[in-house]
Amino acid sequence: MESMLAVVIGGLYAAGMYLMVRRSIVKMIFGLALLGNAANLLIFTVGRLTRGRPPHVPADGVLSSLPVADPVPQALILTAIVIGFGVQAFALVLIKRVYQTVGSDDQDVMITENQGQEKPEQGEER
Amino acid sequence: MKNLLFLPLIIPLATAVLGLLAWNQRKFQRIAGVCSTALLTVTAVLLLLEVQQHGILSSQAGNWPAPFGITLVADTFSALMLLATGLMGLCVTVYSLADADSDQEARGYHPLLQVLLLGICGSFLTGDLFNLYVWFEVMLIASFVLLALGGKREQMEGAIKYVALNLIASALLLAGIGLLYGVTGTLNMAHLAIRLQEMPHTGTIPVIAVLLFCAFSIKAAVFPFYFWLPASYHTPPVAVITIFSALLSKVGIYVLIRVFTLIFPQETITGQPLILAAAGLTMLFGALGAIAQPELRRLLSFCVVSQIGYLLMGLGLMTPLALAGSIFFMLHIMAAKSALFLTSGVVARMTGTTMLKEIGGLYQRYPLLAVLFLVPALSVAGIPPLSGFWGKLALVQAGLQSEQYLLVAMALAVSVLTLYYLVTAWIELFWKNQPADAKKLHHLPTVRRGQMIVPALLLALVSLVAGLLPEPLFRLCRTAAEQLLNNDAYIKAVLGVTQ
Repeated sequence: MESMLAVVIGGLYAAGMYLMVRRSIVKMIFGLALLGNAANLLIFTVGRLTRGRPPHVPADGVLSSLPVADPVPQALILTAIVIGFGVQAFALVLIKRVYQTVGSDDQDVMITENQGQEKPEQGEER
Repeated sequence: MKNLLFLPLIIPLATAVLGLLAWNQRKFQRIAGVCSTALLTVTAVLLLLEVQQHGILSSQAGNWPAPFGITLVADTFSALMLLATGLMGLCVTVYSLADADSDQEARGYHPLLQVLLLGICGSFLTGDLFNLYVWFEVMLIASFVLLALGGKREQMEGAIKYVALNLIASALLLAGIGLLYGVTGTLNMAHLAIRLQEMPHTGTIPVIAVLLFCAFSIKAAVFPFYFWLPASYHTPPVAVITIFSALLSKVGIYVLIRVFTLIFPQETITGQPLILAAAGLTMLFGALGAIAQPELRRLLSFCVVSQIGYLLMGLGLMTPLALAGSIFFMLHIMAAKSALFLTSGVVARMTGTTMLKEIGGLYQRYPLLAVLFLVPALSVAGIPPLSGFWGKLALVQAGLQSEQYLLVAMALAVSVLTLYYLVTAWIELFWKNQPADAKKLHHLPTVRRGQMIVPALLLALVSLVAGLLPEPLFRLCRTAAEQLLNNDAYIKAVLGVTQ
């Protein structure tokens, strides 16, 4: 099971990195999502895969046998998923704004020419 | 007094929530912002005094005992950084009163600034590695919005680069934290320090150290990961860049120093050549980049990168003097660099441009402004008796003691380059004749000019006073460095047991 997940994680990292180096910002956002999921699966796998042994302490207070599944990695992943959700929502809004402002999703088109123009102060001139 | 540790989190959080509730009350948001940052500064002073009297403070959130719950810890280093955060927050909030336009304020500029401060204070106080990741994300999401607020074309370009690189860093950090938990079974930093001391440092542990080093280096803009900083820092309004350059990249360095002195001291020693090479190249490439810039804000952005190298140099050397020098230099650079950024913002407002060749002759009309740019510029370059000199002196002395002659030579050469490009910028702005095709100067109303100049003046004075009377501050930095190098007190404060 571990080796299979390791291959999946590697594939996700590779795909995410490949998408991130593309010029299209839409692909970049997909790449970010894949990287986040790869990291989550990595935490899940290195937190030891234990099947069918929930970490519940029974009413008599004695755990029948070890090892039980570790709940902490899953709590970490849950937090990371929620944070990733928020960040990806922001990133989607950002690329929409970029597309509206620039009119393209190509990062090469985005480079600005007129540098250093600051909005001048309103009012009296000297 | 242990609840004092929660105040630096509660103050900005409450202000941000109040600001969101009073979404249309801009006057209220402004007043609340100034009050909150002033209160944060006072709290940080109290915390610093408390840490000096009673040693390292720690507090367990929700009374869950460490290492199971989330721990907040304040030693001298974090208290000093909190104090700097409060002061920088106050200066930038006052400056924003004049600088932020009504469009930015209508989109929630002031509450966002508070959320950013919340994330920064959280990163300085936390004693738990995963909690650190959460505070990083709080800080990042606020900084993303602040960077893109306004929606100008060049801002969009900068925001894409900033967001992409910082999210890669977050993914690396998350992977590193996950692997570390897999190896040690704990996330509490003090507990991690104990666990890793008992383990042989082979196999995954150095890999985890490298992953975390890369993640924090991206955040701190260390060579070779600094490219996003000059590509994005010149785009947002000056108040926003000031708080970014003063606090965000310094959080990266703070965390590097904290994690690598506490959790990975062995890796820091074995990786010393790499860390020192990264430090030297960060200094050099930042300075070379700055020399080539014809535009003021880009020049100052490269200058930010260059100074990060000095901060990393202290970590690489790992001696008490070097770390004390780094901490002193970090406090100095926050004040001096921000004074430079704020003054350049006033110049940009008056001239309507930041291209050096389009500005000139400001000295005749605004001598105070010229002094206000020159003093922090000389301080950043490290001219005695300003604060930058003492930070560099300590670092160079520590470098010579550790026989890192090449790095010391590089640090000194970069100082000369820094002096060269900052003085060139000053001459271009203030000394040379006004170019014939220059636009007319715009006069700032008195109140707004006061709101923009007083914070810059305050920070320049901080740099001057810290330079004339370095002893009390340096003694504090020395204490902080010794606490960093002797983990026992930190571990005892968190876990309540000695190892």
